[in-house]
Amino acid sequence: MEPALYQYLLRLADSSLTMGQRLAEWCGHGPYLEEDVALTNVSLDLIGHAQMFYQIAVEVSGEHKTPDDLAFLRDAHEFRNPLLTELPKGDFAYTTLKQYFVDVFNLHLYQALSKSKHQPLAQAAKKALMEVKYHLTRSQAWCERLSLSTDEAKQRMQQAFDDLWFYTPELFETDEAMLQLADQGLIADYSVLQSYWQQQVSDLISKCQLVVPQSGWLATGGLQGEHSEHLGYMLAEMQFLQRAYPGCEW
Amino acid sequence: MYSQGLTDAKGGDEPAELLAEFQAKIDREEKIEPRDWMPEAYRKTLIRQMSQHAHSEIVGQLPEGNWVTRAPSLKRKMILLAKIQDEAGHGLYIYSATETLGVTRDQLNDELLTGKAKYSSIFNYPTLSWADIGAVGWLVDGAAIMNQVPLCRTSYGPYSRSMIRICKEESFHQRQGYEIMTVLARGSKEQKDMAQRALNRFWWPSLMMFGPSDKDSKHSEQSMKWKIKRFTNDELRQKFIDATVPQAEHLGLTVPDPELKWNEQTGHYDHGEIDWNEFVNVIKGNGPCNKERMQARIKAHEEGAWVREAAQQYHANKKSEAA
Repeated sequence: MEPALYQYLLRLADSSLTMGQRLAEWCGHGPYLEEDVALTNVSLDLIGHAQMFYQIAVEVSGEHKTPDDLAFLRDAHEFRNPLLTELPKGDFAYTTLKQYFVDVFNLHLYQALSKSKHQPLAQAAKKALMEVKYHLTRSQAWCERLSLSTDEAKQRMQQAFDDLWFYTPELFETDEAMLQLADQGLIADYSVLQSYWQQQVSDLISKCQLVVPQSGWLATGGLQGEHSEHLGYMLAEMQFLQRAYPGCEW
Repeated sequence: MYSQGLTDAKGGDEPAELLAEFQAKIDREEKIEPRDWMPEAYRKTLIRQMSQHAHSEIVGQLPEGNWVTRAPSLKRKMILLAKIQDEAGHGLYIYSATETLGVTRDQLNDELLTGKAKYSSIFNYPTLSWADIGAVGWLVDGAAIMNQVPLCRTSYGPYSRSMIRICKEESFHQRQGYEIMTVLARGSKEQKDMAQRALNRFWWPSLMMFGPSDKDSKHSEQSMKWKIKRFTNDELRQKFIDATVPQAEHLGLTVPDPELKWNEQTGHYDHGEIDWNEFVNVIKGNGPCNKERMQARIKAHEEGAWVREAAQQYHANKKSEAA
């Protein structure tokens, strides 16, 4: 058991799972048919990534658990995702911008992790990276479409930006254990990720003429398992069957 | 809008030689293609049937989507998401095929949202437990396949070709639904009860998916002549029952029809009478979920309006920049 790496893998998996779960809420409710398919397609990829990372976490832990145990039988305080990924789906602008922030992050994250000295992690990151490139192309195109079009769309994008911006620094939060993993070449250097992310996102902000909000609550807590109120409801819904009928196969 | 090869004539005014040639072509098993001449009634029948089919795929996303966020494992969640995506994809192919008959997807969508067009009555039933997702795959997709396999040979080329692709995916769906039922039937007592309740609720509505009985079906005869349909509603329903009853027995579940009995002489199962009042009621809009389904589609359409407008505006801006 390598507790630091295990916790880190949970952070990766939990982030993908919560993003995927939120996107799945769009299923059957998208703004039009092609987008309905696209949203659930990204959801499907992200849940697949979660499963890969949970699988590696299980292997690292050496315990007799399954990826489903990790997804369905942990409570909110055991989840390690940043708060951003658990936020409600909101409107299409909110979903799109949240996705964009996470896609840019994932792009640089998986590029770095594909060089991890932990081979299973490097392999999984390479696989996820191929899909994340498509996710980013799509979310970025929609950010531009929405920001540079009608007044209503611009207004909604700016509102989403105001609501989400102060959740983004938490993506780069690290603790002592993560710094050590980075030193050992197992995970990414998050300060480098942050500078790539900031550069790329600020290009989009100026292209889309978005105004950076001045102040807000700086989200934090995910690394310690202290989440928003939203996560509990998400898990109550997601874990319902496993909790109501314990020990069953499905 | 595409309208070549079509005449505006209503049935009766169309030249007898064209009608005869059209029927001869169908009798020779040649496909009718979008540019070919076709009787107005043939075109209308196809638009009605194909758009109902497409609408059913779209509305059908809702009862299954109801369990996506509660699917009991990561694998089940992914399979269900992929399946619902397939359904949306089927809707897309069939809308596109319908557009070759000279209507637009927007028109068809309006007809759905204003209640003018119908969709399969099965989707007006709720999915109350996880086992319902199994039952929908097994029974609803199973019934759909019975209807759709003959449609691969339907006389209208674009419809036939889209059905060939759709049937491949549907048979996957049917098998995964049955697999869900298998796991539940072999699981705990509570899981088996869940499976039985799902069968109880979905059995009769699935039989209704084949439409009214032959003696009451107003579209059947002409559609058979035009080879849009290849089998009657009752023939297909019987095929479905014959195929499905042994599957239920294999699961150890009981089909909720006390009159169901194997008939040695006919080589088919005899079955009880369908509650046609219920059928007519659900079609008229008085099923358990008709209102919710329509409200969900209308809400998605209305809430998506600003997104569609923004996309159009953006492309118009790009075009004028380029000009």
